[in-house]
Amino acid sequence: MFANFDFDVIARSLRYLFFDGMTFTLILTALATAGGIVFGTMLALMRLSGFPLLAVPATGYVNLMRSVPLVLMIFWFYFLVPYIGQWLTGAERPIQVGYFTSSLVTFTLFEAAYFCEIMRAGIQSISRGQLAAAQALGMSYPQTMGYIVLPQAFRNMLPVLLTQTIILFQDTSLVYVLSITDFLGAASKVAQRDGRLVEMYLFAAVVYFVMSFAASQGVRALSHRTAIIR
Amino acid sequence: MTDIQIDINEVSKWYGPFQVLNRCSTKVGKGEVVVVCGPSGSGKSTLIKCVNGLEPFTQGAITVDGISVGDPKTNLPKLRARIGMVFQHFELFPHLTVMRNLVLAQIKVLGRSSGEAHENGMRLLDRVGLRDQAEKFPGELSGGQQQRVAIARALAMDPIAMLFDEPTSALDPEMIKEVLDVMVSLARDGMTMIVVTHEMGFARQVARRVVFMDKGEIVEDAPTEEFFGSPRSESAQMFLSKILQY
Repeated sequence: MFANFDFDVIARSLRYLFFDGMTFTLILTALATAGGIVFGTMLALMRLSGFPLLAVPATGYVNLMRSVPLVLMIFWFYFLVPYIGQWLTGAERPIQVGYFTSSLVTFTLFEAAYFCEIMRAGIQSISRGQLAAAQALGMSYPQTMGYIVLPQAFRNMLPVLLTQTIILFQDTSLVYVLSITDFLGAASKVAQRDGRLVEMYLFAAVVYFVMSFAASQGVRALSHRTAIIR
Repeated sequence: MTDIQIDINEVSKWYGPFQVLNRCSTKVGKGEVVVVCGPSGSGKSTLIKCVNGLEPFTQGAITVDGISVGDPKTNLPKLRARIGMVFQHFELFPHLTVMRNLVLAQIKVLGRSSGEAHENGMRLLDRVGLRDQAEKFPGELSGGQQQRVAIARALAMDPIAMLFDEPTSALDPEMIKEVLDVMVSLARDGMTMIVVTHEMGFARQVARRVVFMDKGEIVEDAPTEEFFGSPRSESAQMFLSKILQY
């Protein structure tokens, strides 16, 4: 059945696929993960703070983000942010933010909701005795969180955080709806141009599978190494 | 007894409708060692956690070195930094080495230089006999060693008083002595100590007074010999007969 396949199209477009496409995908994944974990941790601390003024908005935000399809968010942000920018700055015309910024902001905000739940579980996994010990030494709340609770929570949750990052890596392919040249976008463009849809989409699927599978094996190996001795 | 270091005055605490502490009063003088004992659930741990404000209380007053613990204006972290506390389950920070456990609060809370903190940490590790364990992680040490590190960590803050919350209850029998030895030497050096414990041998050896609690109340507060010789209350007699049986 592979007789009339043209695998040469892949070889011809490798440079474009990886140099343009995959680079974009990886940069977006890395930045959105970093931003998502920082913002997500803040949301988790807000949810656990015990102050309704902080906890209620954070909970609402997380529930909202988790109830909306990601594709919709990507669309919304791309078309809405310019108008919000215009409204905020009072400019005469919508402010163009560019597709990279737009998708980065979308993914950061969206994934923060998931990272929040992971960090919340991680923080709750630290015993109350650890908090008491830090407080008994005179540490303030930020010091207790920064030196004692969050480092332990982060290490306990590292495998889950990385697994979420792998999901994020796959989710970035949804930016194709904005005609962005990420890895899938690049493959799609070559496929359309050369009329080689089956070959290109098959190849894209294999690449996503190999990278995700290798990464999750790496996470497994790492999770044994980073576990805190108890 | 010279000057009062810790003054617990008519302290009561409720968890909802359940009263855990009922008008508890006692005073601890400078350099005095007081053992708090009583059946489980009698409020001993809760009472000493009130002393450094880890547990809030509903009524009454506690002053430590003249500073009111319950006063909302009191800078609690600052006060806590001056009171050492040792926990039943050690509560060393498992992600930090023994030395980092000892220096972290010295540097971040007291603002000491790293060199000074390390020097101080080494001196205290030496004192508890664990100089060579400085670079290990808590999980690599035995329970007794961990508890000695925890004592060193509290001492590193140069506390004016030390609180011990059942420091040997989670230890295997053969490790209890090494921890009690450290505590005895601390007491001999004149440290003000409140110790919640069932180690009656320790109480006999170093405690000036024994406070006996039952159902959230301080039932007896007597000099050590008097408490063991002729406990007045029935509940204290019962308690002693149970734990001194073997």
